[in-house]
Amino acid sequence: MRNLLIFISKYNAFFLFIIFEVSALVIYVKYNSFQKATFINSTNKITSNLYAQADQLKSYISLREVNDSLARENAMLRNQLKSSFYIDSVSKHKITDTVYKQQYQFIEAAVINNSINHRNNYLTINKGSHAGIEKGMGVICGQGVVGKVVLVSEYMSVVQSVLHKETRISAMLADHKDIGSFIWGGDLDARKGLLVDVANNAQPRLGEKVVTTEYSLFPSGIPIGKVSNLHTKEGGSSLNMEVELAVDFGKLQYVNVVINKLAKEQLALEGQEKKDE
Amino acid sequence: MSRTIIVNILRFISLVFIQVFLLKNITLYNLSTPYLYILFILLLPFETPNILLFTLAFILGLTIDAFYDTPGLHTTACVLLALVRILFISITVQKDGFDNEPEPTLSIMGFRWFFTYALILTLFHHFFLFNLEVFRFSEIQYTITRVVLSSLFTVFLILVSGLLFYKSKERK
Repeated sequence: MRNLLIFISKYNAFFLFIIFEVSALVIYVKYNSFQKATFINSTNKITSNLYAQADQLKSYISLREVNDSLARENAMLRNQLKSSFYIDSVSKHKITDTVYKQQYQFIEAAVINNSINHRNNYLTINKGSHAGIEKGMGVICGQGVVGKVVLVSEYMSVVQSVLHKETRISAMLADHKDIGSFIWGGDLDARKGLLVDVANNAQPRLGEKVVTTEYSLFPSGIPIGKVSNLHTKEGGSSLNMEVELAVDFGKLQYVNVVINKLAKEQLALEGQEKKDE
Repeated sequence: MSRTIIVNILRFISLVFIQVFLLKNITLYNLSTPYLYILFILLLPFETPNILLFTLAFILGLTIDAFYDTPGLHTTACVLLALVRILFISITVQKDGFDNEPEPTLSIMGFRWFFTYALILTLFHHFFLFNLEVFRFSEIQYTITRVVLSSLFTVFLILVSGLLFYKSKERK
């Protein structure tokens, strides 16, 4: 004990230093928020690391629940999407030109149901009588002819696709104006159709465009497809040829419904003529 | 004896005032900040007991901290400075020389000894002070630069003050 006291008194400077330095550091750390924060941070590094590792194990076990909740959340968010709501307003694109009286008007619509692999294919669009769509109107899209409206409800319409048994569209070869009829072939190929009843003297060439004529529901010049095969088995008094469709029906998203403003007048006039006969 | 106490009290007060009201506002290029107040600890008599030395260093540090709003920072550095002073004096000064040389001033101890004494103690103090303030190893380069430049400034001021109160007659 005595030796210890001698030792302490001999090196009293060091022990005094320890005492004063520790008290000064205590004051420093206690009253200085920055050093305090760093202190706590560095100690927390160890604990937080341990926590993170434990959490990794735990989270792997509960992956199933997390997955379910995420799926639920996805469904909930999807319900809030704009596309899940019906769009009530209608926008009609009008071209006003004083030289021409407008004959065709287009209403845009989204395809909400579509089929391509049946014998008779239909698609449903999200516009109906509310938007001014009537039975018998033509439907086109950016690439070409889609079909015609067969059923109309207030907010929905059913369109008879070109890929249908009863499709018969007045069509012509774009270069030589040789008129024929477009039908959908029997082999259920969503990318091929037939152009039939073309006059024998026509000289179609491979890759020539096939477009609508003025005798159809559609404005003239709307593409249907292009000639892909000149030698089809059904022949006779007229030329038949295979047509590759312009529209990819499998990827149809948006269509335009064609309103022919002169259709009624035309029908009325033609009906009068028949009555007269 | 009583004269030494009065002189040191006056020195304490004047150094704290100079430090707080003048040197606190002086910074050269954001790098060099002088801390002249350590001169008080440097100039304490050789006979000062260790416990008194540490206590005075502690009080001085706390006083400066109170003005600088950094509780404990200068106190810690000053306590370290006191220890370095004890070690330095025990190495370089003979114990029996205390009669003739009561205070480690420039005029008594000579330029070479005083310069080394001031430089080493200032470097220790400043190194500890700046690093404790920054508390980050990533800025060590910038901190070291500040330590060196501030130490030069402080040592310069210490030497100037030593020359100002130079008493040639005391040197025998």
